[in-house]
Amino acid sequence: MAKIFAVTIIVIAILSAIPILRHTWDPPADISTHGARIDEQMSETMAEAGISFLASQILLALFIWKFANTRPEDKIKTFPGGAKAVIWAAFLLVGTEVLALGVFGVKAWADVYFTPPAANAIPVQVQAGQFAFYFRYPGPDGTFGPLHPDLISEANANFFGLDTSHDQDSKDDIVTAEMAIPVNREIHLLMHAKDVGHSFYVPALRVQQDFVPGLDLSLHFTATQIGKYEIVCTQLCGLGHYNMKAYLEVMSQEDYDSWLKKQAALQ
Amino acid sequence: MATTVPEPPKIEERRDPPRLGIDSGNGGRRNLVPAGGDLRSVKDYAPPPASTGIWVVLASITMTFAAFTSALIVRQGSALDWRHLSLPRILFFNTLLLLASSITLEVARRQVGSFMSGRRDAVANPARWLYITLFLGLSFVAGQYVAWLQLRAQGLFLATNPNSSFFYVLTAAHALHVLGGLGGLMRVISRFKRSILRKSTLDATSLYWHFMDVLWVYLLLLLWIKL
Amino acid sequence: MHDMSAHAAEHHAPTSFIRQHVFSLDHKVIGKQYYGLALVAVLVGMVLSWLMRIHLAWTNYPIPGLHLLSANGAPGNVMTPEYYLQLMTMHATIMVFFVLTTAPFAAFGNYFLPIQVGAEDMPFPHFNMMSFWVTFVGFLVLMSSFFVSDGPTLGGWTQYAPLSAIGSASGPGQGTGVVLWATAICIFCIGQLLGSLNFITTTLDMRTKGMSMWRLPLSAWAWFITSVMGLTAFAVLMPATILLILDHVAGTSFFVPSGLVLNDQLQPHSGGSTLLWQHLFWFFGHPEVYIAIVPGMGIVSHILITNMRRPMLSHRVLVYSMGALAVLSYMVYGHHMFLSGMNPVSSLAFSFPTLVITIPSTIIVLIWMGSIYGSKLRINTASLFALGFVSMFISGGVSGFFLAQPSIDIMLHATYFVVGHFHLVMAVAAIFGIFGGTYFWFPKMFGRMMNETLGKVHFWLTFVGAYCIFMPFHYLGIAGNVRRYQAFVDDYLQPLIPVHRFITIAALLTGAAQLIFLYNLFHSRFWGKPATGNPWEATSLEWSTPTTPPPHNNFGDKLPEVFHDPYQYGVESSTGDYVMQASPEKVKSAHDEA
Repeated sequence: MAKIFAVTIIVIAILSAIPILRHTWDPPADISTHGARIDEQMSETMAEAGISFLASQILLALFIWKFANTRPEDKIKTFPGGAKAVIWAAFLLVGTEVLALGVFGVKAWADVYFTPPAANAIPVQVQAGQFAFYFRYPGPDGTFGPLHPDLISEANANFFGLDTSHDQDSKDDIVTAEMAIPVNREIHLLMHAKDVGHSFYVPALRVQQDFVPGLDLSLHFTATQIGKYEIVCTQLCGLGHYNMKAYLEVMSQEDYDSWLKKQAALQ
Repeated sequence: MATTVPEPPKIEERRDPPRLGIDSGNGGRRNLVPAGGDLRSVKDYAPPPASTGIWVVLASITMTFAAFTSALIVRQGSALDWRHLSLPRILFFNTLLLLASSITLEVARRQVGSFMSGRRDAVANPARWLYITLFLGLSFVAGQYVAWLQLRAQGLFLATNPNSSFFYVLTAAHALHVLGGLGGLMRVISRFKRSILRKSTLDATSLYWHFMDVLWVYLLLLLWIKL
Repeated sequence: MHDMSAHAAEHHAPTSFIRQHVFSLDHKVIGKQYYGLALVAVLVGMVLSWLMRIHLAWTNYPIPGLHLLSANGAPGNVMTPEYYLQLMTMHATIMVFFVLTTAPFAAFGNYFLPIQVGAEDMPFPHFNMMSFWVTFVGFLVLMSSFFVSDGPTLGGWTQYAPLSAIGSASGPGQGTGVVLWATAICIFCIGQLLGSLNFITTTLDMRTKGMSMWRLPLSAWAWFITSVMGLTAFAVLMPATILLILDHVAGTSFFVPSGLVLNDQLQPHSGGSTLLWQHLFWFFGHPEVYIAIVPGMGIVSHILITNMRRPMLSHRVLVYSMGALAVLSYMVYGHHMFLSGMNPVSSLAFSFPTLVITIPSTIIVLIWMGSIYGSKLRINTASLFALGFVSMFISGGVSGFFLAQPSIDIMLHATYFVVGHFHLVMAVAAIFGIFGGTYFWFPKMFGRMMNETLGKVHFWLTFVGAYCIFMPFHYLGIAGNVRRYQAFVDDYLQPLIPVHRFITIAALLTGAAQLIFLYNLFHSRFWGKPATGNPWEATSLEWSTPTTPPPHNNFGDKLPEVFHDPYQYGVESSTGDYVMQASPEKVKSAHDEA
């Protein structure tokens, strides 16, 4: 039975590795400017994890194979180097590797979080609420009008609680149910939660960030490929969580300008 | 209050009922002749479990109040709705009651301890000081309730503002633990009356009580500075 | 020192049925009661997972009989989205608290820790009895949420605010359901704190003559380390649940900020901190998962050593590594919050201890493997589950490399990758520890052997089945499959649905295989082959009891005296290749403590 067990472990380990090696279920292609570093982290970690996984499972299997079928007269042997070797191996093979990954990963993280948005980044506000995302563009005046939570009304399609009769800045704000952005332009995304916790996730854009009620958070990114992508909610927000999504359309500058004009007319 | 004098102290060291050789754990005083092997790092005597146990209890209570403290600090920093409230005056009087009860408990502990070990200078009725401690403790809890009433008179209820919320929560949590301590004291008194009190139980209960004291002083400072 | 008269009450074994089997002070009975509770809990949790998996694979199909479970939740036998989330929340809560914390720690620990240290019982048997019954009441309160009109809470076992704190406006089950959940967990914490009290004092104060700390078996060390973690972790979750309950029933705003609008209504709360809940919860939550796994590590080490016929490569290094895991577990909790909106510098700060914690984990695995090298490995059901634990822990641990890095977490947070990771290390590895412990200690607890053939069949189906279920979770996560979705409606998720169907079928088959274990458990209890006192030829004190099962005071007339380190295997002796801890026989070729 030991031999069958050992073979099973090896088979399972190899079968597990196959979909990874064949890239059967990969994340969608990266369409962001900052994503390359994230993808690189991912591949390096996958290589390290994959090697550790395969090596240890195979070693475990080999040891089980060899030492479960000893004869009564076989003596007990100590692993060469004993516990010291094990500790060194743990520190050198795993410890230094993962710490290196951590150090290199700082740059990938810093690209997202420690760089300020560009001065000419297009500001877009996204509001997450049960169970939809709504977007707001500042309009020609470039400023967002203030939010009045007490004025929010789904029935009147006043999703953000804007007071266009009293607030000058709100008059030209453009509220949409879809997000469109021009390609190769940096976007400064201002995130606002209406009710409970939500999250903003676009796998292709290599962006994910929680909305935190009571906190004003923001992200910035640049999309490099035209296309239609899904924004999905990843923070459990209630019964409609699975269905909470919006489309992100990355367009050429001209298409974006005409889209924005059209949306403004619909307000 | 008892007027009868408890039975002559049963001195634990000498009490060794014949027990068919049943040992009572490593903490018991037994004949510890090594059996010829080498007993590396073995102590012949382990502390009575109650004295280790009480530190375990105090550690977890500390963690609980640490969690409440961090909740308070974070909550204060998360919004601009912190409204300072003036602490009800009676709190300071209650503090004195609690501190006094610690002193009376220490007196009681020493007197009961010397009574139990049969020393000649032992007082006839050491339980008296235990009763006084009990009374002071109950007065403290009653005083805390009065503090709540005073706060209520100011229009400050549990949900009025975050300060009042924390006031009620922290004082209630502390008072609950004090009630537990009172229960422990009553148990000590009852066992003493029946001459089955262990020194370790008395010491552990006293330590718990003193900790309630220290905890209260900490909370009072926290409430005073933060609220 | 024991109070002599209370002692007398314990020493004379109770005679009434209630005193013997219901309100028992005997740690062995309490351990069995905990095991029974965990068994009921795991069956409930498993059925919930079947319902979840069937719904995920065939979303709008009716599940026969489901409307009997909940008319609101499954009209026409089709599960509503909210009911899925409610089942999911209950599945996780029941499994994490009432199975993974209860069985390896409270069940086996209560039964065997006092025996392994050489004591008659734990020093505070009344608190011990209370700890079980309090935990049991917690379970009942949790289960009662199935029967309230709005159903159980749907906020996940993590109950993030404000969803958890704002009240019923945020969804079905978010009113009474949350209050019941929080109350149940608060009660559970109290029960576990009482348990920790006993475990710590037993280990420190109740060791018999000759039993130094370094002579404790690894399972005893694991229970001790776990109980210290439990002391601090549960003591933090309890106040958090109290504050959550107050937000619900008293109108406070600890966790709910102002300006929130639900159903077009401005909510009356103000000023609370959403992240405060996450910090409090995960400060508990991360040590909790180590509480779930460390006893398993101790049990597996113990079983492996007996079946390898040699001690570990280094006993002390294993103990220090488990201790290091415990200490580090408090410093890493922010890795659950990388994208939570907390300061991104904090995210980096938390990621480094998370990466460092791989080192003691690796040391432990390598020590196990290095000890298998050169051993005389015996294969039986217990050792198979122990070896399976090692394989599962490697698999689950390696996926941690990804999740420890915030930059990668951007892609993998809240996806099935995380679900795969924690299921492998907790649901599978920890459960394997429970199974291994059961097969190993059953003869001592009940005087009968479990059926080996059935045991091996159970092992094979579970081992292969568990990999079939949980390995694909990682691929789903890499592809961006978000978790806690009751259905997959997004365009990019459609190609992944066949994978979910494969997983569901594997889950149902593996679940069915557990019936073999149940049958084996109950059949062997009454009709299993009678066991000798030491069927595994093991050395630790539980195998030295005068009778099997052990008598009421564990060791009868005389407490044992310990003469040796816990794992004197591979030595020449009168009994074979081992010398028991309680045997005065001198060891001819001693294995010194490394």
